[in-house]
Amino acid sequence: MKSSVITFPGSNCDRDMDVALKKFGFKNKMVWHADAELPKSDLVVLPGGFSYGDYLRCGSMASKSKIMQSVINFANSGGMVMGICNGFQILVETGLVPGVLLRNKYLEFICKNVFVKINDKKNKYFKNVDNEVLEFHIAHNEGNYFCTNDQLKEIEDNNQIAINYCDENGKIEDQFNPNGSLKNIAGIFNKEKNVLGMMPHPERMIDTSLSGEDGSLFFKNLINNLK
Amino acid sequence: MKISVIITLKKDVLDPQGKVIHQTLDGMGFQDINEVRQGKYFEIDTKETDNDKAKAKVEEMCKKLLANLVIENYKIIDPK
Repeated sequence: MKSSVITFPGSNCDRDMDVALKKFGFKNKMVWHADAELPKSDLVVLPGGFSYGDYLRCGSMASKSKIMQSVINFANSGGMVMGICNGFQILVETGLVPGVLLRNKYLEFICKNVFVKINDKKNKYFKNVDNEVLEFHIAHNEGNYFCTNDQLKEIEDNNQIAINYCDENGKIEDQFNPNGSLKNIAGIFNKEKNVLGMMPHPERMIDTSLSGEDGSLFFKNLINNLK
Repeated sequence: MKISVIITLKKDVLDPQGKVIHQTLDGMGFQDINEVRQGKYFEIDTKETDNDKAKAKVEEMCKKLLANLVIENYKIIDPK
């Protein structure tokens, strides 16, 4: 399986993602934002970081960079595109997934482990994951998911919510919402579910000596689903 | 020609920064404030000399980059 990780000026989780993808069997290529052409890929990842210093709105500049037109075409033709953290912010700015990510409700940069509940398994990202709840890491200032009422209705009708913040038992409540996100949303899909944007970082949970292993579960499962 | 643009958050969008500014002003003794909303201001100096054409271009910029229409409104201020 071939993957591509896009590096924007200010990306800082691109190499972590590269390590994670390779660890679980992907042949990964790093792609520079100013390139026009995407290498042949089964998965494209927009990594975390602070592309363009978060100027204007997080992800807004990166969403207009040269490589993104190829990424958008790839996604629109059914290609798997995953945006993590800043990558999620870039995805909402392209319009590939609905909504926006606002400043965290309590104006704090949040850096901690969280639990997320998988809302939908009828997609290539979470199909066959045995667990209902995963422990991932978040580190962001703008992760407060928001969309209009009409968009929310559409998202819910199409079952586009991927994961919600919850406690370790999968209880989705306000008190387990770290950033004020609408309906505790931590990640969403596009309508066709080939595009996933999420704030948590699975690539930070792949090493038993550094963290938990739920990221390993995620990536192992993902590559099997793509085969 | 210089054209100015003001971007504001839509009414039902939470503005935590505006809220904190409100609270701080309140603490400083400005106690008759109903609400504070924070926005953005741009000055765009363009080579275009035709007023209408320039405004139309800036409107396109607002829609494509300067504002995110899910949460923000834009207002173009007449160059005159």
